Amino acid sequence: MSGSSSSRFADRATIPAVYLILLVAWEVSVRVFAIPAWILPAPSEIGSTALKWAPELGLNSLVTLRETLVGFLLAIALSLPLAVLIALNATARRLLYPILLGLQSVPKVAVAPLIILWLGLSEWPKIVIVILVCFFPILVNLIAGLEAAPRTMLDLMRSLGASQHMIFRRLRIPVALPHFFTGCKVAVTFAVIGSVIGEFVAAQEGLGYLILISTSQSQTPLAFAAIALLTLLSIALFHGIEWIERRVIDWTP
Amino acid sequence: MVAIDLQGVSKHYPGAAGTSVHALGPIDLHIPTGSFVAVVGPSGCGKSTLLRLVAGLEMPDGGTMMRYGTPLDAPSHEVGIVFQEHVLFPWNTVLENVLLPADVLALPKAAARERALRLLEMTGLSAFANHRPQMLSGGMRQRAALCRALLADPRLLLLDEPFGALDALTREELSLELSGLWQDLGRTAFLITHDIEEAILLSDRVLVMSPRPGRIRADIEIDLPRPRNADTPALPRFQELKQQIRDIIFDRRA
Repeated sequence: MSGSSSSRFADRATIPAVYLILLVAWEVSVRVFAIPAWILPAPSEIGSTALKWAPELGLNSLVTLRETLVGFLLAIALSLPLAVLIALNATARRLLYPILLGLQSVPKVAVAPLIILWLGLSEWPKIVIVILVCFFPILVNLIAGLEAAPRTMLDLMRSLGASQHMIFRRLRIPVALPHFFTGCKVAVTFAVIGSVIGEFVAAQEGLGYLILISTSQSQTPLAFAAIALLTLLSIALFHGIEWIERRVIDWTP
Repeated sequence: MVAIDLQGVSKHYPGAAGTSVHALGPIDLHIPTGSFVAVVGPSGCGKSTLLRLVAGLEMPDGGTMMRYGTPLDAPSHEVGIVFQEHVLFPWNTVLENVLLPADVLALPKAAARERALRLLEMTGLSAFANHRPQMLSGGMRQRAALCRALLADPRLLLLDEPFGALDALTREELSLELSGLWQDLGRTAFLITHDIEEAILLSDRVLVMSPRPGRIRADIEIDLPRPRNADTPALPRFQELKQQIRDIIFDRRA
């Protein structure tokens, strides 16, 4: 009994311990090799800078989070009807799929300046870029999910004379849900990148803007703090979706 | 009256490189109302195709198909099917699964629920009505699937190797339960199986199929007394019938 619980503690402690060792190695090498802070700041210095700039970091995090979430939710809202149309209608599929694939293949970083040119300096160009980077993974997974209903289950519904609408409601949607969440988890990490791309091109606020400004002024510790916050934001959003997924899909072990 | 009447029915499937595989027929099949008819044959003999045709899930290339005197050209709510795998939705509870036909056919909710609960009671699943099917054993899942097939009070029950995925003991137990249930409800049933004993135990008639293309080789009357029980397989006549059917199947293969 005690053996299994101590090994479970070892399991849970291993990964944080590895991270801690990496951080300490970083700290020690920066000090030992006397690396200048504007090239690579030590974790302790990033920490103290983050505390000093906490209000600015917090405010800019909220801006980026807002752009990311609004864009991500709009991408879901756009993907849902498109996926249903493409999954159910062969003509719609032949017509729309090449357009959507083409849109996906355009490098978003390259069109970001154009979008800002068209939409100005509000938060909307950033939201549009977020939509562009994250609608495709949601859409592709959703289409795959809507088409993933097993033949035996479709046979069962057909044998009952079920309408397309009924098959959709009772079978296709539940089968598609896990695929949908997979798409969302991929997309939400892209969404954060989309916000930063937009902020890099033109912005007066947001973590991307903060990184740009602080590096241009050799405030490297602040840039690192902003990057760390972006990473945390991304991870938090990913786990947030996973949390919702576990509550919605309670039938798979 | 005749529940199902197939005449000269055949089915081809597209094979490799534009060829066509002759899967079935021509076959004649008559299922009188109130009777239990089984089809036995080795895998690949086209018996599942035959069931899909009778279910209206597929259309034949030739021949005519009638169901209760009208052309059989689509699935019907008068037919309940138990598939080889239970095909229960893991996102629904057992009760919700059993009520699926009521939802699809827009049956009155309260009456359907009452009937579903009664069927679950008859099959010993009352305590599991609000469980997800993945919490149930294989035999219990197949019982739930049987309840679902019976919910809309079908005139004809189609059974596609319903116990094929179960262990031998559960299979025998469920066969006897089904036999009793069928007799109580007085329904017509059509069973597809590769298990000769199961076919004899349950049926009034056993059709023996042979493969490539699937044809009915023999139509054997099962003149064993009803109700049948766990002792039925020990009867000399049971063993005779079993030997007779085995001979027909293996003679073809030798």
